[in-house]
Amino acid sequence: MQFGIFSVGDVTPDPTNGRVPTEHERIKTMVTVAKHAEDVGLDVFATGEHHNEPFVPSSPTTMLGYIAAQTERLLLSTSTTLITTNDPVKIAEDYAMLQHLADGRVDLMLGRGNTGPVYPWFGKDIRAGIPLAIENYALLHRLWREQVVDWEGKFRTPLQSFTSTPRPLDSIPPFVWHGSIRSPEIAEQAAYYGDGFFANHIFWPASHTQRMVALYRERFAHYGHGDPDQAIVGLGGQVFMRKNSQDAVREFRPYFDNAPVYGHGPSLEEFTTETPLTVGSPQQVIDRTLGFREYVGDYQRQLFLVDHAGLPLKVVLEQMDILGGEVVPVLRKEFAARKPSHVPEAPTHTSLLAKARDAKVTA
Amino acid sequence: MKRRTLVVISAGLSQPSSTRLLADQLSEAVLAEAGDLGVLLDIRTIELRELAHDITNAMLTGFPPAALREALDVVAGADAVIAVTPIFTASYSGLFKSFFDVVDKDALAGKPVLIAATGGTARHSLALEHAVRPLFAYLRAVTVPTSVFAAGEDWGGDTAHGTLRHRIERAAGELAREVDMREPAPVADPFALTTSFEDLLAAE
Repeated sequence: MQFGIFSVGDVTPDPTNGRVPTEHERIKTMVTVAKHAEDVGLDVFATGEHHNEPFVPSSPTTMLGYIAAQTERLLLSTSTTLITTNDPVKIAEDYAMLQHLADGRVDLMLGRGNTGPVYPWFGKDIRAGIPLAIENYALLHRLWREQVVDWEGKFRTPLQSFTSTPRPLDSIPPFVWHGSIRSPEIAEQAAYYGDGFFANHIFWPASHTQRMVALYRERFAHYGHGDPDQAIVGLGGQVFMRKNSQDAVREFRPYFDNAPVYGHGPSLEEFTTETPLTVGSPQQVIDRTLGFREYVGDYQRQLFLVDHAGLPLKVVLEQMDILGGEVVPVLRKEFAARKPSHVPEAPTHTSLLAKARDAKVTA
Repeated sequence: MKRRTLVVISAGLSQPSSTRLLADQLSEAVLAEAGDLGVLLDIRTIELRELAHDITNAMLTGFPPAALREALDVVAGADAVIAVTPIFTASYSGLFKSFFDVVDKDALAGKPVLIAATGGTARHSLALEHAVRPLFAYLRAVTVPTSVFAAGEDWGGDTAHGTLRHRIERAAGELAREVDMREPAPVADPFALTTSFEDLLAAE
């Protein structure tokens, strides 16, 4: 099972002292967080992609390429790459390039983006969000698998005898996760291709995640990629920890109360009941996270949101220390003990390459 | 006897509330009228006051907390709705509107709805026609022709058989007949796939 961090890249004032990081600071902070993820033994760092303030990460492959150069083992991913407003040709090229530079330590999560005004900045329309995601990915999927592509669709100019360069490393396209909160069409898309499905999980009640993952698993089997419990599932999670849970609650509350997404709304207590947010001791985080498995089944990737809402870098790094030192080692052991052997791990470049070589040998 | 569900939504704020009183009189009248037509109604009453915080939270977080989720499901699955609001500042109350802002935009489509309101004086009565009725027209509900407004004077001594009673019975009869002529309300599953992936691909 893979564990990691996903970062939104928000520039949010620290509500306890009003301090606002500069964009430069925030970008460097994300890099520090990514490098620290490797240092504390986490597997994945994923960055968001945003094209509006107050977010900084507009160019994920630039950031991930820089991080790739300074890490050895860390898997680099996105949360999410916008499949609607980016040209699929550029996605094919950018992520193949990143894949080469990072020696295969790359996968990506595709998402639609839910900020209406962003779409027209890239010549698109949010009302066509689902058709854009379907058509663009259909093209991206071909560009990584076919040397020469002739293509015509609705949302971009046709392609004649086009070869996307560089070709994917070892002819193995980066593994793709499709992220969605509540669009069954995206669970269906992930299932159709046999790709991974990532449920955001953190802003919605567990019942939503349960329904979406169940649908994905059922359709994954329908399309012949394996049994429902062999589908590749990832979940978001959101935690804040201190040794004593009361200390965690006291320290996190002002950040929660003023957070961009849910601030000034439900109480911390209500939100922790309604969503997977866990604010408490490391043991509480361990128990809650193990509980996710009870409603989504055995899953392959758990990403935590810790770097947001104006939390100072020092606190974020402390959170990661606790995750890497106390929480994830226990989770690895406990999840592994519960997982039946026929349930696969999340595909990586290494595992996909080995599989391709095996297939070649058998053929 | 066929069974149907009637959901009564009351946006009254005080306790006891004249809005709730009107809602109860309407639901009892609809129960009786429907019974005469051979329709047994299960009645669920939703007090929006109890959901006020949840409604605000749903607007801010994008998802309804459990109690509100249940209320929204009840509304979506209802065969008929009675919606009663106090008139504040020439229109429905903010709480009433906020609730319908978090109701799924398709949840009331084709559903019979009886609209009613309370206010200090009868001078506010047309708010039902210029504010409340258009709201339900937007939601594509089938709003019955008679709307019921109860002013302070309607709660006076002759209420039991006065003009308010007459309007309640007329509106209740209209709603009961709409319920009687319809099949049970289908409940849409938001997670259900409505098109196959092949169709999604082909629609490019």
